[in-house]
Amino acid sequence: MITVNHYMLLSAILFSIGTFGVLTRKNAIVIFMCIEVMLNSVNLTFIAVSRHVGNMDGQIFVFFVMTVAAAEAAVGLALMIAFFRNSDSIDVDDFNMLKW
Amino acid sequence: MYSNLWLIPFFPLVGAIFNGLFGKKIKNEAAIGGIATGLMFLSFLVATQNLFKLIGDTEKVHELVMASWINVGNFQLNWEFLLDPLSAVMIMVVTGVGTLIHLYSIGYMHGEEGYYRFFSYMNLFAFAMLMLVLGGNALVMFIGWEGVGLCSYLLIGYYYEKKSASTAANKAFIVNRVGDFGFLCGLLTLFWALADKGVWTLNFVKIAESGHLLESGGLLITVVTLCFFLGATGKSAQIPLFTWLPDAMEGPTPVSALIHAATMVTAGVYMIARMNGLFAMAPATMMTIAIVGGLTAFFAATIGLAQNDIKRVLAYSTVSQLGYMFLAMGVGAFSAGIFHLMTHAFFKACLFLGSGSVIHGLHHAYHHAHLHDDPQDMRNMGGLRKKMPITFITFLVSTIAISGIPLFSGFFSKDEILWWSFGSTRGHWMLWVLGAAAAGMTAFYMFRLVFMTFFGEQKTAARAKDHIPESPFTITIPLMVLGFFAVVGGYIGVPKILGGVNRFDAFLAPVFEQAQHLNEIHAHGTHATEYTLMAISVAIAIVGIFTAWVMYIKNPELPGQFVAKFASAHKVIFNKWYIDELYDFLFVNPCKKIGTFLWRGIDVKIVDGVVNGCAWVVKGIGTGLRYTQSGYLYNYAVAMVIGAVVIVGYFIF
Repeated sequence: MITVNHYMLLSAILFSIGTFGVLTRKNAIVIFMCIEVMLNSVNLTFIAVSRHVGNMDGQIFVFFVMTVAAAEAAVGLALMIAFFRNSDSIDVDDFNMLKW
Repeated sequence: MYSNLWLIPFFPLVGAIFNGLFGKKIKNEAAIGGIATGLMFLSFLVATQNLFKLIGDTEKVHELVMASWINVGNFQLNWEFLLDPLSAVMIMVVTGVGTLIHLYSIGYMHGEEGYYRFFSYMNLFAFAMLMLVLGGNALVMFIGWEGVGLCSYLLIGYYYEKKSASTAANKAFIVNRVGDFGFLCGLLTLFWALADKGVWTLNFVKIAESGHLLESGGLLITVVTLCFFLGATGKSAQIPLFTWLPDAMEGPTPVSALIHAATMVTAGVYMIARMNGLFAMAPATMMTIAIVGGLTAFFAATIGLAQNDIKRVLAYSTVSQLGYMFLAMGVGAFSAGIFHLMTHAFFKACLFLGSGSVIHGLHHAYHHAHLHDDPQDMRNMGGLRKKMPITFITFLVSTIAISGIPLFSGFFSKDEILWWSFGSTRGHWMLWVLGAAAAGMTAFYMFRLVFMTFFGEQKTAARAKDHIPESPFTITIPLMVLGFFAVVGGYIGVPKILGGVNRFDAFLAPVFEQAQHLNEIHAHGTHATEYTLMAISVAIAIVGIFTAWVMYIKNPELPGQFVAKFASAHKVIFNKWYIDELYDFLFVNPCKKIGTFLWRGIDVKIVDGVVNGCAWVVKGIGTGLRYTQSGYLYNYAVAMVIGAVVIVGYFIF
């Protein structure tokens, strides 16, 4: 029997993987994908808990998250293309111009 | 009935605004000067009309309320004018002499840069002065009082690119500020004292009516009148605040004639006369005024003996004559003081304008000969009577008048003051001695001036001396008119013992007789005493003139020998008793030191220190924190994760 706890555990694992990826990887697109993993782990929690307590609010909220994620993906990718045109790289170690 | 009174100050104000705004564009000297002079003349006509109306009127005090100004509780203050015999005399002097000096300035200022500026300031001055003398309450008067101070500053500093002129302007303004502070203290103390008795007013008529509520001879009234007197010493250049007036000669000569001889400097005298009721109630103040006036008359005259700059001699002479007026006020001879104010306005304005004519002529000659000699130094003059006959005659007439020779205007007014200072219930024979000695010295230094300037050999540089012209008509006409009044102006006040009826005294009596009567101020003594004193003062004047003649005409080496013999005494009076140096030592330098301390010690170290310290602290924190901005994405990401963990942790545990 798969209970809501299993969903929560899976979501926590996915979230941790995403966080770890964001912190360790250098490739901007991979980091981006990690962020998507984190967002979707949260979506998973929303849906699981929504189903568990019988309230539709969480499921509706997921639509919002997906919409925002889509917009964010568009903006983020555009930024990366712009950056790539400038420095021939999408390595985040080269993203260090915003400092003292 | 007197509803057109407001026009008197209004006309010059229009002139000031018009020339100030459009003068630069007009550029036409005749138009600018004509407008300014014409408006002054209109003002003079209105003043004359009001004077004659007042003479024919049985009611002598008229107030004209224009508008309400301050209305608080019991206290009501209006924009109001006051016409009584005293202000009538003053407006006649201001507009009459003012018109003539404006006319004179058209010729004198010809070709000067800022011609329109000059006329604008002159008209503004006339406006302020008329507000001062016509003001129906002390606050309107104070506006005029400050206004004339401002115009005096602007006009002394007319040649503002000249360092000495701008310094002199500052000096005049700052010294006057000390006096104005006294005036304001007196005004507020008086207001408070009267309000304490239930009378909320600053109106002169009401002040005169309710003055008796204050204790006669009491501390309060003494303090109030002494404060007012301090104000008067500033504006009217009396000891201890007289030092600005000689320096004020940096301004153009018409300014010296109008502001620093005929009108503004007499404002202090006018103010005391205006509040005669209060002053008469404070014998201690009256005595102070008489002593200060007598001493000023005496010391300024001694300084005048040794000066070589033609305008400076006249400046010290003005200080000395103002001293006479204060002496008159101090001994209760109010109408004699105002009488002297009027005659002095005529002959001193004439003398200043005459000196201006001489300077103008010499300046022209030097310019022609490309020389840079000082056109104001009397040692470069001499023998000018043939070159400038009109200037010479008017100058001579005025000099005789100021010296107090019988039949000329100065004699009548000066003698009345001397008689009162001897015979008044508030007088003393020592005051008479001071006055008589000053009269002798006045006769001496004024004739010294005439002899050095107009008689003897021409000492002007050879190249220039044939090019000294007589001045144009705009300059000589005012001279002739003023010279005429310097002769006949005294006949409206011929004293009774000389067979006159003293119309002037009778005209002013409504203003002064109540205070004189209440406080038992009158001159007493036999006719014999009066005749003797008169004879002595005339004799002293003649001795003064004779000495001047011996020293500067008959025996021109004598002054040099005299100076050599009394070198130290000469040095002291030549350097004006070192009063300026004394003030520098006592007040100016300590002030500068305090200023320097406040600048270097307080401002730079503490005030700037606090401000800069704040900046340094913020900068230091910023410098430390900027190392947290590495620019690497994962650093921020780590910080965010740690932050999120901490916050979540905080809420969970």
